[in-house]
This record gives sequence, structure tokens and C-alpha cells, in this order.
Amino acid sequence: METLLFNLIWLIPLLTVIVCIPVPKTNTKLLKGIHTFSGSLVLALVGYLTYFVYAQGSAAVHESAAPLLLRFFTDIPWLQAFNVHYIVGADGLNMFLLLLTAVIVWAGILVSYNIKGNQKVFFALIQMLATSVYGVFMSMDLVLFFVFYEMEALCMYLMIAGYGSGNKDYGGKKLTLTLAFGSSMILATLFGIYFEGGVNSWSIMELSKVTLPMEFQMWAFPLMFMGFAVSSSLFPFHFWSPDGHASAPTAVSMLAAGVMMKMGAYGCLRVAMFLMPEAAKIWLPYVVLLLIFNVVLGPFIALRHKDLKYITAYSSISHLGLIFLGLAALTPVGLRGASLQMISHGFLTGLFFATIGMIYERTHTRDITQMGGIMRKIPFLGVGFVIAGFAGLGLPGFSGFVAESNIFIGAFQQGDTITRIVTILAILSITTTAVYILQTANRMLHGNMPAKYESLTDGCFREKLVIVVLVACLLLIGVFPGWISDLLDQSIAPIFAKISQAAAPVVGG
Amino acid sequence: MTNDVSISYLIFLMPLLTFVVNGLFLGKRSAKGAATFAILCNGVAFAAALFLAVGYFTSGFAPQKAVAFEMPFLKFAEGFVANIGLLVDPLSIMMLVVVTFIAFMVNIYSVGYMRGDRAEGRFFALLSLFSFSMLGLVAATNLFQMFIFWELVGVSSYLLIGFWYHKPSAVSASKQAFILTRFADSFFLLGIVLVSYVAQSFDFFNLNGLTLGAFADQTINLGVMEVSKATALTIGAVLIFTGGWGKSAMFPMHIWLPNAMEGPTPVSSIIHSATMVVAGVYLVARLFPFFAICGNTLTLIMWVGAFTMVFAAVIACTQKDIKRILAYSTLSQLGYMMFALGTCKIGDAVFTTGWTASTFHIFTHAFFKCSLFLIAGSLIHQVHTNDLDAMGGLRKKMPITYVCALISVLAISGIPPFSGFFSKDEIILSAFQGHHYAVFGLAVLTSGLTTFYMFRLFFLAFHGKPRSESVAAGHVHEDFAMTLPIAILAVPALLSGLLAGGLFEHYFVPGKLMVPQLLQLQEAHWIPYVAVGVAVVSLLIAWVLYASPKANINRALDDVNRSSIYKTIYHKFYFDEMYYCVVRQFVIGGIAKVARFIQDYIVEGIVAFVVWFFHALGRLVRTAQSGHLTFYLGTLIVGVILWRFIGHLPF
Repeated sequence: METLLFNLIWLIPLLTVIVCIPVPKTNTKLLKGIHTFSGSLVLALVGYLTYFVYAQGSAAVHESAAPLLLRFFTDIPWLQAFNVHYIVGADGLNMFLLLLTAVIVWAGILVSYNIKGNQKVFFALIQMLATSVYGVFMSMDLVLFFVFYEMEALCMYLMIAGYGSGNKDYGGKKLTLTLAFGSSMILATLFGIYFEGGVNSWSIMELSKVTLPMEFQMWAFPLMFMGFAVSSSLFPFHFWSPDGHASAPTAVSMLAAGVMMKMGAYGCLRVAMFLMPEAAKIWLPYVVLLLIFNVVLGPFIALRHKDLKYITAYSSISHLGLIFLGLAALTPVGLRGASLQMISHGFLTGLFFATIGMIYERTHTRDITQMGGIMRKIPFLGVGFVIAGFAGLGLPGFSGFVAESNIFIGAFQQGDTITRIVTILAILSITTTAVYILQTANRMLHGNMPAKYESLTDGCFREKLVIVVLVACLLLIGVFPGWISDLLDQSIAPIFAKISQAAAPVVGG
Repeated sequence: MTNDVSISYLIFLMPLLTFVVNGLFLGKRSAKGAATFAILCNGVAFAAALFLAVGYFTSGFAPQKAVAFEMPFLKFAEGFVANIGLLVDPLSIMMLVVVTFIAFMVNIYSVGYMRGDRAEGRFFALLSLFSFSMLGLVAATNLFQMFIFWELVGVSSYLLIGFWYHKPSAVSASKQAFILTRFADSFFLLGIVLVSYVAQSFDFFNLNGLTLGAFADQTINLGVMEVSKATALTIGAVLIFTGGWGKSAMFPMHIWLPNAMEGPTPVSSIIHSATMVVAGVYLVARLFPFFAICGNTLTLIMWVGAFTMVFAAVIACTQKDIKRILAYSTLSQLGYMMFALGTCKIGDAVFTTGWTASTFHIFTHAFFKCSLFLIAGSLIHQVHTNDLDAMGGLRKKMPITYVCALISVLAISGIPPFSGFFSKDEIILSAFQGHHYAVFGLAVLTSGLTTFYMFRLFFLAFHGKPRSESVAAGHVHEDFAMTLPIAILAVPALLSGLLAGGLFEHYFVPGKLMVPQLLQLQEAHWIPYVAVGVAVVSLLIAWVLYASPKANINRALDDVNRSSIYKTIYHKFYFDEMYYCVVRQFVIGGIAKVARFIQDYIVEGIVAFVVWFFHALGRLVRTAQSGHLTFYLGTLIVGVILWRFIGHLPF
């Protein structure tokens, strides 16, 4: 029963699009109603399934899912000739990422009620995007995974180019082409993995049981890792994200930063590191070097920007850098921290972009030097933004702190010199994060208010609901990190086992 | 522990409840309701803390340590868990009582002080958030918990300093306070990560029980160098102390505290004098045995404290803003507490006079300094300015306040039998016993300076003729809600030294068995006479300058026609400007500019180049497909000829 429901997760958004086809595009009320209902339905569904996974604990799972601890395992042959199957399933990590996606999609639908242009197409695109993201976080077959992974960049382009603001054509193209470039790297290595694996299967579980040849891993791992890292905006492939976010409509920024950028990090963990642990051990210390830009310089760049979305984009870049620090630590605590950061940052940046979007709808500017003192007029949205800021700078009580402390402690367990230095730098740069966040909040919300903002109105019920739900998620993880950590630990255990079993790497042998 | 620990939950839950209820529901609807609720809850918390304290000290269990309750927060590995709990020992119990008591008083006071403010409800909510965080901090059983609440007090401090967020000065002060303490906290966090990695524990019990010997022959890679784990622990100890350095606003990270006076006065009173800024001292006191084994960390702590003590006292002598005078006085007193902790080591031997003295001074200082701030708030509320220029002659109009102020001023000056005398005397004694004669001299000197600037403030505010029209016209009265807590606080300011001294001498020793070696030190009975003598002389100087019939008040308040030394001191040695310059020029104008340059020109430049390259490539290939048949044909012929020709080349 639950397995059937699980498969509905990615189907419901797609069905919603189909249901909406006969609805005339002028009847926006009905359209919004249908899409909101569908978003809420999926949210409820994923919520229930997450609870189900939690209740199951570490009970035995389907044997063909081994070594992963997958629930809701489904395996249906799809393209027999190429051994492609429809394999889906979820462990704790997937489940939380799905829950994150469901929340962000739901919130994204709610904040887009006033979007200008053809609303029918816009909401349909959001649902398509949701389908693709759900698919990525569910599929355990590499081809299926890649199909879903590719779908998302296309939807993203259409939404930015059609509904964005500012230099939307440039931003949209930059985003899509860069992501496509990353995908091409992934595709090349996927084929390599299939043929080198020699088990005639695209299944992640089957492939993880073999050790890929070292010569192959040595070039395939960096290619694949960087391919995934493009969408998680790891330096030097981060350049798409500020322009992309800045020109995207609110809901798309939320989905892109909140969910889509996690797909890359998830891919790094689930595919690249899980299937090629030997090469991961060799290459990851060098990846850490790239993080100096993300984690240490990212906040400084945010400091020099005045556009709210650019600030948030660079904040995302630095937070996502921490995910890679956790991954590169190659310790259970570090991997857990990285997974926690994926989830935590999703809610956090969702809240960030949601409040920014709401404020932008009112002030019609995103330039913080043009604003000031508007806290008085829009206390609810202001508090929402400040909470997002505090969660972003790692205030205890919010999820960011839990994730960051795991990452720092985990990364410090890695004795490698480069990792040590970068970890120390990363810990020290929590100050810089505080500087740009407080500077932004103070310029925008505090101080003297220009007269033109006298007529601002605070959020309506719909907007307040979005903020409350996202804040609740941040608090839930931040105050009670125990249960989520336990579930994540279970899902990370097989990955870490594979990494720790990886033989001492011999290059060229 | 004979009494039930369940009552200790109340201490934490009550302020939290107040925060949630006032913040979400009550605050916006009824300011009066919010205030009543806050006072009620904080009263209950205080009663619970007192109950716990009485139970603990009468049970015969004291001064042993116990963990009243503990729950896991985050598990990093087997046996490496970050817990949230309540540590029960004399130090934490004392702090719980002090914090809940001060919070109770300040909540009552705020009813008067914040009356009519637009956001009274929010004020009471935030105040309770602060008390909750502070209580969590002092109850910490481990470094991780301490860091959690450490950050939470930081953020409540930020929110309360910037409470009047329409005032640009308040906003920038709050930002400065948060960022500067956050800067220190980043080192604190690094220290926690490093120490917990080496010791595999966050727990105070385990850290205080460490011996360096076990770590001497293992090494750890710190990135830039390979050091032994023992050295790493010492580095970690200094890093952890850096957290306290910033939080207690020790030089040179002191500038945020005087600027934080932009916040409402009740906030300055509870957060920036009595409780939060003591957190740094508390941290060192809590981890004292750990610091004691870590090389010369204690010496560093001593000098940081001692320098801040003198430095701040000198500045306090010239200021005119009464809250800033008190802020510098707080800095100076924190310096006393900090250096007292650092004096406790002679060679490898550790003695505990300084530790006892320091915790004792935390206790007495909380009362008289809180009282002084509340009094300052009362004055400001009546005169509508912080400036001594507009005060004077308030003695007749505010008699109760006057008497309470006298008590507190005498207490901070260290005149017997007021509370400050006992604790300060112990501190000076500890410097002497530790053979730190230079610091001893500075402490005695600062004791004189303290008396001088406090009586300067006192005389200029209360004595003489009124210097503002509103005071002269008699528009000044004492508000009941504000005077009540002042009057109550005068009692412990007067008596706490006399009554609690025995308690501290008996129970306040830092994990007696864990300190490597205990010394029996001789008392030096002449020290109190010297200290009191210096204080009395300073008092007389202050009287001659500011209150005697011949005193020239205009000259005293003049800050323009002064020598350059006086001006330098008056401008706080230009530290604000230095900070501003460093942050503007070096951080924002330097590093951030370079980072943005890398992004905007190098990274984006390469991206643009790649785009241009493919466009150019495309153009090049496009020219080949021009549609001219002759061109195609020509190319074909040339190609065939070349192909044949190349086939015959010798290579």
C-alpha cells in the first residue's frame, strides 16, 4: 500500500498538469485551487510516508535493495534491450529530501499567486519541475535518474525566460547551458560506469557491489563529481547561480536554491562517491581546495552586493560549499552533516527567497540601499527575513547550526592537511556570514524609512502560512535533531561502509 | 541533592514560556498583560532557583557537583554526545539565583521604564528570551551546550540593543555587538572543535579531569604545523578563552560594550552589566582546572583582565554620558574578575583564592552594578538625557534613589562593610598571593580610580545645583515601579558581601581534587587597609573636585579646552575609529573588494571568454557554409590536390 502511494509522489504533479489542460487559462482561481490542492496532497503524502519510514526504524527491508536501506522498493523492467529498469525506493536521506521538496513546492505554489503572465503554463511548469525533482530523489536506476535530472533544467529555463525579471534571457540561458554542461559530464561517466561495471545493470545497488577499475575511476570520478557539483554551484561552476536566481521569479528561486541545488550534492553522495569510493578518497582533498572560494570568499562577495537576490545567491554558494566540506570529510559525522545541511539549507533558502519575493512585491526594488526601516510596516515579513538570516548564520535552535556543527566536527576528524586548513577557515568565516546578514537586515528593515513606503501592508494569510511552515521546519530540525540524525545515520551507514572498505587506492596498477 | 530536581525545570521553562506567550500572543494585544505575565513567571523562576539553592546548600551535599538532568541533543559517536542538561554545583546554583533575581527585578523595573513604548510586549518577550538563554548557559554541563546558549544570549543581546530599531545609532551598535562577539565566538567554536576532537568529549567533568601527560606523545596535524596533542589542547584552551574574551568585552574587543548602551537601560542593566558579560568570566571559572593545566593560558587571562581593568577605569574618569561611565566601570570590574582567575598559579602549583574571589565578585557585582544601572535609568527617565551636563541637584528630588545610589557607589568603591569591599579585597589579595606584584599594584591603583569616577558621577548627578531647567522647575519625581527594584537591590548591595562571604569561602573551590596541587597561602592583613586607604583618598579628591563648595563644575564638565592627553582619553583612545577604519578599509574595501573582483572579472571573464570562443568558432565554421557553389567546388579541388600531394610527402 505504502509502496503504491510512494510511486504516486511523482505521478500526482504530472496528473495535475493533465487535469488542468481543459481548464481555461482565464479561470485562474480554479487553476490555483487545483494546484494548491495537489501541492498540499503531495505534502501530506510525503509527510505520512516520512512518518512511516521513521516508524519502521531499522526493520529489515527488501532484499534486492541491499546494501541500501530502501523502503517502498519497486523494480519494473522498462527498456529491456538496454537493461533499463524503473527502480525507485527511499531511505531516510531520500525521504527527507522528498519532504523538503514537497514543502518547497507547496510554498512555491502559494507564493506564486500573483505571478504575471500566463498562470496556467507557469503552474504546469512548476508541477513538471516538481515531478523531475521527486523523480531524482526517488530513482535508484541511473538512466531513470538521469532522465529526471535532465528534465529540471528545461523547466527552469522556460520559467526564467518566460516569467523572470531583469536580465532574464541572459540569466536563464546561463543557468541552463551551464547545467547542461554539467549533465554532459555526468552522462559520459554514466555510460562508462555501465560498461565498466560489467553487471549489465543500471541499478545503483547492483553497481555498488562491484569495484570499478581504478584507471576508470581516476578520470571518471572527477568528471562525474564536477558534473554534479555544477548544479550545487561548486567553484568554478558557481557562476550560473547568482544571475540565474536574480532573474528568476520567486518560486523558481526557491525551487532552484532550495531543492535543485541539492540534487547535485545528492548525486555526488549517492552516485559518485557511492560507486567510486576509491577515487573519492584520492580526489576529495583537492575538491576541498575549491571550497576556499565557496566558503571563505562567498560571504565576502555577498558583502559587496546590494541586490537582495545576489546576496542570497552568494549566501547559498557558501552554504552549499559546507555540504561539500562535509562530504569531503569522509567520516560518518561529516556525511551526516552534509545531508543535514542539504535539508536544512533547503528550508532556509526557501524562506529567504520567499520573504524576499514578498518584500519585492511590495517595494518593487531589491536594492537594499533603497530601503530602510520597513520593519515597522511589515513586521511579519521582516521577522521572517530576520529568522531566515539568523538560521543562515547558524544560530542554535535552527537547523543550520545542527548541520554546521556536524560538518565542522566531522571535517575536523579528517586529518588530511588541506581539509584541516579549509575546515579551520570555514569555522572562522562564520563571522563573515554574520556581517553580511546583519548588514542586509539592518539596511533593509531598520533605521529611517523613506516616505514612499508608508503604505506598505504586511503579509496576507497565505504568505504568513508559508513563512510559519518554513520556520517551523527550521525549528523542528534545530531543536530536535536527534530523530532526523538517527534516520540519516541509517542511510549513510552503507555509503560509509563502502567508502571505508575501499581498498587503499593504487593508481596505475 | 535531597530535594526533587523536577522543580529545577521550572527555572528554565518559566522564561521560555514567557517568551513564547508574550512573543506570539500576549505581546501585541495587551502590554499590561505581557508585563504582568513576565513578572509572574520570572518570580516563579526566581523562587524555584532559590528553593534549589537552599536545598542544595543545606543538604550537606555541597560543594559536590551533580548533573540534575541531562538529555542527548546530538550524538556524534558512541560516548561522544552533546547533551543539554543542568549541572548543579555551587557556581551554577549561585548564577541561577543571581540571574533569576536580577531578571525578576528588571522585569518589575521595566514596567515603569518602558511604559507607553510602542512595543512593550516585544520588550518583555525578548527580555525573557534572554533570561532563558542565560540560564541555559550557566546550567551547561558541557561545552556544546554552553556554545548553544552562548549564541542565544548573543542574539538576545543583539535584539535588545537594537530594540529601538528606528534609531540608526542603536541599530549600528547592535550590529557591532553581535559581529564582534561573533568574531570571538568563531574562535570559541574552533576551540570547541579542536578540544573535543582531542579529548573526545565536550563534558566539563572530563575536560577538567584531563592531564596533559596522556597526550604528550601523540601528534595532530593543524594544517600549518604538526603539534603534539598536549600543545593542541593548550591552543584549544586559548581559543576557548577567546570566546570569553569577546563576550566579556576584554581589551581590545571591548568597544561593543559601551556602544551597547544605546539599548534601553533595563537591558543594559541585566545584559550588559550583571549577567551576560559575566559569561566570559563564568566560562573561565567553569573550565578553570582545564585552563590551569594548559601551559600559560592563565597568565594570558590575567594580563588581558588586568589591562582591561586599568584601561577602562582611566576612560571612565573622563566620560560624561552616565551610562557610558557605568559601561566602562563594568569593563573594569570584569577585568578584576578575569585577572583574579588568572592569578591562581605559581609555577605548576595552583591555589584557589583568586577563583573564589572572582566568583564572589560576580555575585556582589551583579547586585550593585544592576542597581547602579537602574538608578541611571531612573535619572535618564526624569531628565531625558544621559548627559551629566543636564543633571545635578537631584538629591532632594529623588531621596530614595539617592540613598540607594550612595550604597551602590560605596559598594563598588570597596568601602567596608558594603558588599564590594569583601570581594574586591579577596581579588587584590589573590594577586598578592600569586606573586604578581605588578598586577597587584595596578589593582590597587584601579581601586582608587574606581572610587574616583564613581563619586565623580555621584556628585555631579546628585549634588550641586540643578543644571537643567526641568530639574530646577521640579518636574522630577520617583516612579514607584522603578524605585521599588532599586530599593530592593540596595539590600544585597549592602549586605551580600557580609552575609555570603562565609558561603563562598566554604563552598567555592573549583573541583578541589582535580587541581594539580594546592598551596596554603598566608593572609596579608595589611592589604585591606591599603585598598580602603586608596579608596578614601580618591573619594576625597572627587569631593574636592566636584562637590566641595570650591568645586568648579563648569571646568569639570568641560571637554573642549583640555590637554591632548585628556582628549585622547575622552575619545576612548580612538578605538572606535580604529575599528571603523580596519573594517571599512581592510575588510570591506580590501578582502571583499578583491573577492568581488575575482568573481566579477576573473570568473565572469573566463565565462565570457568561453562564450566568445564558441561564438567565434561558430562564425568560422559558418563562413565555410556560405552557399557559393564556386567556393565549395574550389575547396573540393584544392582539397583533392592537397590530399594527393600530401600523400607523396616524405613524412
